[in-house]
Amino acid sequence: MTDVQLYIDATSFAPELALAIGAMMLLLVGVFSGDRFSETITWACVALIGLTAFFVVTGGAGRVLAFNGGMVADPFGRFMKLTVLAGSALALLMSLEFLRDEKLARFEYPLLVTLATLGMLIMVSANDLIVLYLGLELQSLALYVLAAFARDTVRSSEAGLKYFVLGALSSGMLLYGASLIYGFTGSTNFDSIASTIGASGMSVGLMIGLVFLLAGLAFKISAVPFHMWAPDVYEGSPTPVTAFFAGAPKIAAIALFLRVVFGPFAGAQHQWFQIIALISVSSMILGAVAAIGQSNIKRLMAYSSIGHMGYALIGFAAASPAGVQGVLIYLVIYLAMTAGTFVVIMMMRRNGQPIEDIAELSGLSERDPTSAYLLAILMFSLIGIPPLAGFWGKWFIFLAAIDAKLYWLAVIGFVTSVIGAYYYLNIIRLMFFEAPAQEFEKPLGTVNAILLAGSTAFVLFFVVLPAPLVAAAQVAAQSLFK
Amino acid sequence: MLAAIAFYVFSTVTVLSAVMVVSARNPVHSVLFLILTFFNSAALFVLLGAEFLAMMLIVVYVGAVAVLFLFVVMMLDIDFAQLRRGFLAYLPIGALIGLLLFGELVFISWYWTVSPDAVGHAGNPTPVGMTNTEALGRILYTNYVHVFQMAGMVLLVAMIGAIVLTLRHRVGVRRQNVSAQLARTPAQAVELRKVQPGEGL
Repeated sequence: MTDVQLYIDATSFAPELALAIGAMMLLLVGVFSGDRFSETITWACVALIGLTAFFVVTGGAGRVLAFNGGMVADPFGRFMKLTVLAGSALALLMSLEFLRDEKLARFEYPLLVTLATLGMLIMVSANDLIVLYLGLELQSLALYVLAAFARDTVRSSEAGLKYFVLGALSSGMLLYGASLIYGFTGSTNFDSIASTIGASGMSVGLMIGLVFLLAGLAFKISAVPFHMWAPDVYEGSPTPVTAFFAGAPKIAAIALFLRVVFGPFAGAQHQWFQIIALISVSSMILGAVAAIGQSNIKRLMAYSSIGHMGYALIGFAAASPAGVQGVLIYLVIYLAMTAGTFVVIMMMRRNGQPIEDIAELSGLSERDPTSAYLLAILMFSLIGIPPLAGFWGKWFIFLAAIDAKLYWLAVIGFVTSVIGAYYYLNIIRLMFFEAPAQEFEKPLGTVNAILLAGSTAFVLFFVVLPAPLVAAAQVAAQSLFK
Repeated sequence: MLAAIAFYVFSTVTVLSAVMVVSARNPVHSVLFLILTFFNSAALFVLLGAEFLAMMLIVVYVGAVAVLFLFVVMMLDIDFAQLRRGFLAYLPIGALIGLLLFGELVFISWYWTVSPDAVGHAGNPTPVGMTNTEALGRILYTNYVHVFQMAGMVLLVAMIGAIVLTLRHRVGVRRQNVSAQLARTPAQAVELRKVQPGEGL
């Protein structure tokens, strides 16, 4: 590789480079200025993420391979990068007030989020098993630390440790799968793997490798049966970290998942279809049923997120551009809904302590009508009531499943949405028809109020102007099916 | 001839010291035997012409990992006799698992077909006229430069994480302040007193 080639390759990955260099510079600023400037650094990180998004948008069009085919920049990657960046920026903004209240405002927090985001961007642009693994590890390692960020509380430390141990296990499985795939195809490059499979089909060893790789990836999106870490980690981590976990990392892992099954393993669709269908159905069922008995709202959101990942996986099973388009739209809408919901969860504080019991939302409509109505809209959207955005997310996915003649999958999806509606409706019942619980400590801060209003507005008015998102998702999905 | 003798000497010592790692009674001796094993394996790498790997083995495993083990063994008060109790009771099942694994390895090697290209590559591990280290560096900093940099970022995150989770600023600790020390003048530090004969201060 010549210097010129290296320069060309680097320019097509300007977003990643900008994020990496910016994060390192801000790290230096943080080290020398200390924790007093943690909020300034948070805003600087948000600006850096904005700059990265600018580079993503202004970067060239089409499909560009770089670094000997190890990384790829294509419309699909750009769409997912923008979604991931939006998720990280939202998580950073909503963390400001909570961290200040909890005396956790340290400058490393925004930097770890930014570095995790860098890992996610690398995951999204991976076109090689080595790059896939490194991106995933960069993201996961930062997430483990974030889970344990409130190091003086036992629950947070426990969450970090649990996430770390189980995450290491899943990385082990993923690596085992990757080494088998390398052994049986002779390459780590996605394009070469695809052509090997196209030429000589799936051998048994390759099949085992694929299963292990998918198991490792399913762990990252917390799909059943690899979901057991999610409720505990969601509950134990500080709430802004939980809000972050529910958004950007899941989106990046889904993007990687899509890349793997529609890239190197596009020729093995018959084999991975069964795996995807199974984890999709079991995630939807568990997400709907297990959440019913939860009294902690963060655990509830964990099960809700497991269920939503199950719906997204239906779009994989459809294995068509329409299915992938559905997944992409679903992820963007899911991000907006969870961001708004977590803003309200972070508002739940009393006596200087965060409270997480669902019953504390009782009678919120009398204490704080605005938040109650906004949260109710988000809950209706999470159920999938038309004409809210959540409905359209499911609509595109179920439509793709029906087009692919997967009627049973669509039916199970519909039935589990109805079951899942119970616990979302329960929250609405508590807020509107129960005697008011004690007041929360204080109303929403300015930034969080804007975030809540913004996400609710997105959910409400998506139906008015769906075209930009739908069209962008279509272009992105089509680029995955070269 | 000399290479063969060297190989047998090094490999015998490697195997024997590896056995001693698990059978030595004193855990500190175990770690020291582990270091001996690493050194002899490094020597075997040198015999294979992989001098870079040999040096890495010594720097990373002896210099960092084994020393870390030594710290852990010496600082934590672990009763190894207690841990080793029941060794004989578990020996049969352990031996069974070992036998199974060995059987599987034999099974694999039975069906192993060596690619014709591999033989050629093994005969010429590095391009002609280039040392092992140089060849590795040339490929690592060109074809795999992106992966190399990403690995660096992973290590950076690991370092930040370790500091975030463990570093505590204790109050009341007197730290060295070099600029304050340098800024001190004799006028601030020394006081001259006139002491009268026969009197104290």
